[in-house]
Amino acid sequence: MPSSLHPRSAKELCNLQYSLRRDILTMAHRSKTGHIGSAFSVIDILINAYFGHLKYDPKHPLAPDRDRLILSKGHACAALYAVLAEAGFFPKQELETYLQDGSRLAGHPHLGSPPGTEASTGSLGHGLSIGTGMALAAKLDERDNKTVVVISDGECDEGAVWEAALTARQWKLSSLTCIIDYNKIQAFGRTEDVVNLEPFADKWRSFGWRVLETDGHDCTALLSALKQSIEPSDQPMAIIAHTIKGKGVSFMENTIDWHYWSPSDEHFKKAMIELSPSPMPQ
Amino acid sequence: MRTTFVRTLARLAEKDPNLILLTGDLGFTVFEDFRARFPNQLLNVGIAEQNMIGVAAGLALSGKRVFVYSIVPFVTFRCLEQIRNDLCHQHLPVCIVGVGGGYSYGHLGATHHALEDLGVMRTMPNMTVVSPGDPWEVEQAVLALGTLNGPGYLRLGKNKEPLLHQPATISEFVLGKSIVMRGGDDVTILATGTMLETALLAAALLESKKIQSTVISVHTLKPIDRQGILAAADNKKLLITIEEHGPFGGLADAISRIIAEEGLPVQFLPITAPESIDVVTGSHSHFRSVAGLTAEKISARILERLKK
Repeated sequence: MPSSLHPRSAKELCNLQYSLRRDILTMAHRSKTGHIGSAFSVIDILINAYFGHLKYDPKHPLAPDRDRLILSKGHACAALYAVLAEAGFFPKQELETYLQDGSRLAGHPHLGSPPGTEASTGSLGHGLSIGTGMALAAKLDERDNKTVVVISDGECDEGAVWEAALTARQWKLSSLTCIIDYNKIQAFGRTEDVVNLEPFADKWRSFGWRVLETDGHDCTALLSALKQSIEPSDQPMAIIAHTIKGKGVSFMENTIDWHYWSPSDEHFKKAMIELSPSPMPQ
Repeated sequence: MRTTFVRTLARLAEKDPNLILLTGDLGFTVFEDFRARFPNQLLNVGIAEQNMIGVAAGLALSGKRVFVYSIVPFVTFRCLEQIRNDLCHQHLPVCIVGVGGGYSYGHLGATHHALEDLGVMRTMPNMTVVSPGDPWEVEQAVLALGTLNGPGYLRLGKNKEPLLHQPATISEFVLGKSIVMRGGDDVTILATGTMLETALLAAALLESKKIQSTVISVHTLKPIDRQGILAAADNKKLLITIEEHGPFGGLADAISRIIAEEGLPVQFLPITAPESIDVVTGSHSHFRSVAGLTAEKISARILERLKK
């Protein structure tokens, strides 16, 4: 089974930043649920991973040699579903069933549901250990596939993240990349006020990881960081992606409220106008 | 039991290069031979059990069959959410092996004792829970868990437990099927794990008092052998359970549920360790004695109950 890259042009990636945000907004509006700020924070990371970096075949979602991505910050799963549908793992129309009774699209991702979901996540601090196990298996089996784990900043309060960071370095899992969606807002406050992570890059470096900091919404910067993550090394790579919670809709940006609120009809209309296809202000 | 465990696991590892053993920095004098023979199939994950379970899940999601090993409390309670979410919800072939069931680590104190694990593990979705009673049952359980399509929990004692089965007379070991150790018409004793030997000794003491006991090894707590229990309770004066485990969630609870659901007309005497114990250190046998888990104390309780 040949895995294949699914590269999109810069213009296509930019268009996806709008169209997938509209998908997410529609899902949140229709289901009357929150976590839209988190999904808007992480969506550009996922777009660039799935359409510029990872190898996979949506027709064979369990092919052993595929690259794997775990969305450990499972509450942002609307973004993952939008990307997996765009990538062809399941029909885009199914996004309409998000959170409906009996749907495959739950409020946190469940293994294989929808296809392309690599792990059940939702309790923070689990994904990096699972990704470490996947990268370890690839190393033992001499497969060269990549493993990417996307975690949140607040998730780094969990001790298990750092347990995984220690072992991934110990086992020299250079095929493992951890992307931290660093929007600096966690569920009940700003990270600097709740549990300050700074000096954040130094923490990862001191655990023996390669570290890159990047703009988490800029496609060129993200693609460049992802490309550097696969350069020969004996260290895993941490990409600290500086992001804005709620990015793309002015009244959602950088607020705690939109971790929880669901968009009203009026919010929906306003946000849709802002997410109409014109160049994204960087 | 742990020697038998690792020897049996080596047999599986030899046949299956996809089998991986993870340890949470334990196994001194136990795993050296395994490590020498299968250097790529044993990984010391360090003293980090939450990560160990997550890594096991990642390995299993990539086609590996994983055994994870540590002392019971560390490999169950410390990482319980990882067990539930990463192993059970994802239905992965990972076997958790806990050494030191009950008061096995007597001197080391309460942190190292395991009196809640069977209850906690039984509540985990899709989990098979096995508590073997002697080295033969350990061997058979490891072989069976080695082909299980889902998560398992194997509760071991420590070391030098006696062989209680006579292999020549045993036909087969099936997960979820209890084994009759001896027959007797008056009472039935259901025992699990490290209490199987004590149950047989208690039965011998009862026999000297003209009470004939059936003794059954309930090596699998989940799924429980409902048919075997029904047959064992049939026409008996008293049904007794014995386990080196606290009063909640273990064998006594599993059996009392069957009694209630089936409306069995049988008297029931659950013998367990107490919820907590007023001893901070002592040998394994000292803790058992204080907990009332000796053949003498158990047989005395059964006799007393029969007088009522």
